[in-house]
Amino acid sequence: MIDYWNANWSTMVVDMQQHLAMVLASLGIALMIAIVLIALLMRRPNWLNGLVYFFSLLYSVPSFAFFAMLLPISGLGMRSAIIVLTVYCEYVLLRTFITGIQGIDPALVEVAQGMGMTRRQAFMKVQLPLALPAIFSGLQVALASMMGIATIAATINAGGLGQLLFEGLQTQQTVPLLWGTILTIALTLICAGVLKMIEWALTHRWKAALAKN
Amino acid sequence: MTKPIIQFKHVQKSFGANQVIPDLNFTINQGELVTILGSSGSGKTTTLKMINGLWQPSAGQVLIDGQPIDQLDLVQLRRHMGYVVQQIGLFPHMTIAENIAVVPKMLGWDQERIQQRVNELLELVQLDPTKYAHRYPNQLSGGQQQRIGVARALAVNPPYVLFDEPFGALDAVTRLELQKEVKRIHESLQDKTFLFVTHDINEALYLGQRVMVMNKGQIEQFATPEDIVTQPATSFVKELLGTQQQNRDLWRQYHD
Repeated sequence: MIDYWNANWSTMVVDMQQHLAMVLASLGIALMIAIVLIALLMRRPNWLNGLVYFFSLLYSVPSFAFFAMLLPISGLGMRSAIIVLTVYCEYVLLRTFITGIQGIDPALVEVAQGMGMTRRQAFMKVQLPLALPAIFSGLQVALASMMGIATIAATINAGGLGQLLFEGLQTQQTVPLLWGTILTIALTLICAGVLKMIEWALTHRWKAALAKN
Repeated sequence: MTKPIIQFKHVQKSFGANQVIPDLNFTINQGELVTILGSSGSGKTTTLKMINGLWQPSAGQVLIDGQPIDQLDLVQLRRHMGYVVQQIGLFPHMTIAENIAVVPKMLGWDQERIQQRVNELLELVQLDPTKYAHRYPNQLSGGQQQRIGVARALAVNPPYVLFDEPFGALDAVTRLELQKEVKRIHESLQDKTFLFVTHDINEALYLGQRVMVMNKGQIEQFATPEDIVTQPATSFVKELLGTQQQNRDLWRQYHD
């Protein structure tokens, strides 16, 4: 194990960087798209439901097939990988965000408007902050599954930790397989921890107040 | 002296096929404390929500300070119309100070002025600013939360305040205390028009300078508490007063 690390650490670090870049980029893009879609379509639940349904269909496409289908369009490499991962993320994020936002008492939104908030202000100042716990749990799920799916992206030359796994598979060596697995798990845990910290920073004050009662 | 400030002219409101208000006409003058008394489904909350434009009338006209409401900028109107609702009206993710500061912030007040106003209002509703300003609504009792609700509605010193059954869920003692508070605040502030919706006849008669009794979307009687008690206009009002009489008899029976 250690010998393999000593011999290959520089490529493995690059793999990790690529992996991280792929996952974070797709998560970031999906997050922005989700917020825009929900802000735009909040008042049209039917459209939103249709969209969620559409993404659920895409989500059920096996990742390997999805990567292959994008090859003629966006070619080999990280760009295709990010597109696929973004689509997968989108489904998870939309589902959890919508559930989170719908879980907020509509009376509270009416009060916000009754006090003179515009629809957008009510969304930004009341609905979005109160939905943060749900939003972050969606991000956690998306993050963990994207870390896993991103390993498949090595098949289309997108790099990442999947390269270690496929190297292990093709050469029938356990050590790179183990390293690939361990590093993927480690990366996931670190990112999940960071997400948790961001969530805590944003919500711990009022959530602590809620928990006491 | 009596300047009409809120007027309803042949207002009609339906939700789908269900007509809640067939034809509503009334005038409220500047500086009045009017209570609207009715049971659930009487159209009292609907009436209130047509005054701050949360709901639009299906027909007829609502005039605020002489201007038809559909020609006003609703967002601006609401910022100058305090709004107190039952129970959960406070935003749980904001501190007491932040809750009170919502409208002042939207109107672009500077930080110093907001803070000063928050302290002023907390003192007005008899809560110690140093103790409560930075707590969250859930850390307060129901009665304290409703005091904050009242304080928040008064934040920018609006000429109107609408109360939508604000004390319905409170225990009798706390409720009485808050009713006194509302009355005191109304008396201490000049020219503020308060509109208070309730299903509690005692609350309506105690608070209102005039009481509007509503039933099935119509006004049964709109008069001073004294007139309502001494000269009930309709059988519905008589019946309503009858329930009070019954309570009193019951009470007397146990007391002796």
